[in-house]
Amino acid sequence: MDHQKVRILIVDDEFSVRDSLYNWFKVEGYHVDTAENGTEALRKLQEGPWDIALLDIKMPGMDGIELQKHIKRIDKTMVIIFITAYATVDTAVEAMKDGAFDYISKPVDPDKLSVLIRNAVNHRRLVAENIQLKQKVEELSLQDEIMGESPQIKKIQEMIEVVAQTDATVLIRGESGTGKELVAQAIHAKSNRRYFPIISINCGSLAEGILESELFGHEKGAFTGAQYKRKGKLEMANGGTIFFDEIGNISPKMQMDLLRVIETKQFTPIGSNKVINVDFRVIAATNTDLEKAVAEKNFREDFYYRLNVFSIPIPPLRERTADTPLLARYFLEKYAKSMNKKVTEISPEAMKVLTQYDWPGNIRELRNTIERALVVVGKKNRIEPEDLNLHALSKQDSTETDSLEDLERVHIQRILEKNDGNISKSAEMLKIDRVTLYNKIKKYNLQR
Amino acid sequence: MSYIDIVPIGRIEETTLISLKHNLIKAFKIQTRIRNCPIDASAVYDPIRNQYNSSGLLVQLIKDIPSGTLKILGVTELDLFIPIFTFLFGEAQLNGPGALVSAHRLHNPFYGIPEDEGLFENRLLKESIHELGHAFGLIHCFNLRCVMNTSTYVEEIDQKSSNFCRACEQGILHWKNEHLTD
Repeated sequence: MDHQKVRILIVDDEFSVRDSLYNWFKVEGYHVDTAENGTEALRKLQEGPWDIALLDIKMPGMDGIELQKHIKRIDKTMVIIFITAYATVDTAVEAMKDGAFDYISKPVDPDKLSVLIRNAVNHRRLVAENIQLKQKVEELSLQDEIMGESPQIKKIQEMIEVVAQTDATVLIRGESGTGKELVAQAIHAKSNRRYFPIISINCGSLAEGILESELFGHEKGAFTGAQYKRKGKLEMANGGTIFFDEIGNISPKMQMDLLRVIETKQFTPIGSNKVINVDFRVIAATNTDLEKAVAEKNFREDFYYRLNVFSIPIPPLRERTADTPLLARYFLEKYAKSMNKKVTEISPEAMKVLTQYDWPGNIRELRNTIERALVVVGKKNRIEPEDLNLHALSKQDSTETDSLEDLERVHIQRILEKNDGNISKSAEMLKIDRVTLYNKIKKYNLQR
Repeated sequence: MSYIDIVPIGRIEETTLISLKHNLIKAFKIQTRIRNCPIDASAVYDPIRNQYNSSGLLVQLIKDIPSGTLKILGVTELDLFIPIFTFLFGEAQLNGPGALVSAHRLHNPFYGIPEDEGLFENRLLKESIHELGHAFGLIHCFNLRCVMNTSTYVEEIDQKSSNFCRACEQGILHWKNEHLTD
């Protein structure tokens, strides 16, 4: 904040104080004005915004404390500094409890006033920046990608609105690629915790030991390789939201540990004896059948009930095909902009291919398809069916004339995409071993 | 002919005043003279603070401005204050005729260390140029080496130079172009 842009109002009934402060601030380069009582000050406050007000506490008529209350009603971000004689220090301390920035006792050391004003200017700048950033967060929060006109997606949008206003634990369920993390982010962005972080952790991709260390953090030397103290994600999420993705894949021990943390909002980092208190909202997501896992004793029943307070099921894209054109156009616009391409439309033929395809990889697959199409589209201004690379996979193309090999190739590719290229999961789903799957991928030259 | 007038308030060493005069001529490139003027310091004495009200002295200093005087610099050994501050090294009227500087807190013995005449005269010169700079319309400068950088304790005076930075130098030239014909 430039000195010459900072506006300071001095309110004191003593001329000598007003005059000396006026001159001092003037040579410092501030824009400064004075008022000899509360009424005159309020009139000057109406004339324009002021950054800092220096108020004498004892003034005839409206005193400084009362004036502060009026000022806060006009502009609650204005920095208020009280000028006080020694006898009124207690009053100044009281005023600070009501939101004053600081106070100075007359006479003040010039250096102290200089530092105080510098701090006040910095404070004012930080408050202004904070307001701007909050506005930015609000704007960004509105740009969510959970879009669609289908009744299913409308229902999800309603559920997000409702649950975001509460602190309830949410369990998001849906196939891979349906946008579970986006739903978690939308809930967080619309909640009162939106100014604090949302911390995500993919529970399915980490070994138990690493997951434990990631979540709880550790002290230096807690285990081999722990060269530094590290803050865990549970602590990082304090004040905000923690999002456990693929919660169905965690071990029974980790289920027990997390249940305890969620219940008590307390935990102890690895290698530490210090209990840390945290306050976060829990959102979990899974694509596994948790009820079946509970029945098979692979998932703790108490943990399941603790997570399943408010459940949001996300339908696969094939069950809401009405949304496909809308989503396709959204991704076209988004990636065309980021790639600086002048592709403005999807041809009716290409759109037909998109709507007829069953999208085993859901929205993620649709997004990747459009992104890839924009790469191969060349200098054309619209996407055609041949740009989509979906011919072999489209429902329309799997006709009776296809060979067994063609069908096998298409099916394996579909399962791989559904599992994000995870060989173990895909092999399990196809009921073949991993080596066989590797061989088939090589044989058909498939993409993982 | 236009002058900067140096007005001693109370007793000031003559050698100090002469040295100050020569250095102000170099700094501002304006003729400078030492002029006596009746100032009643007792009228602005505050017995409770044992200090002299700086603004009161400034008022007396600019009461009768001789023709040809551009700016008046009062120099005193008195300890100055304004009601809101515990002390002042000096005071000036922004773009006005008067400036005042106190040598009281510029001597090393004030801080319990032996006197250093050279250092003292250097501090007095910097504060004199600084306060006169305000009278020529300059505000405080962010350049730490510029003489117009603010100083609220004596070490800060020692850290800055006695020269104007390029921007402040331009400010003085601009003032001269606006106000001086010769």
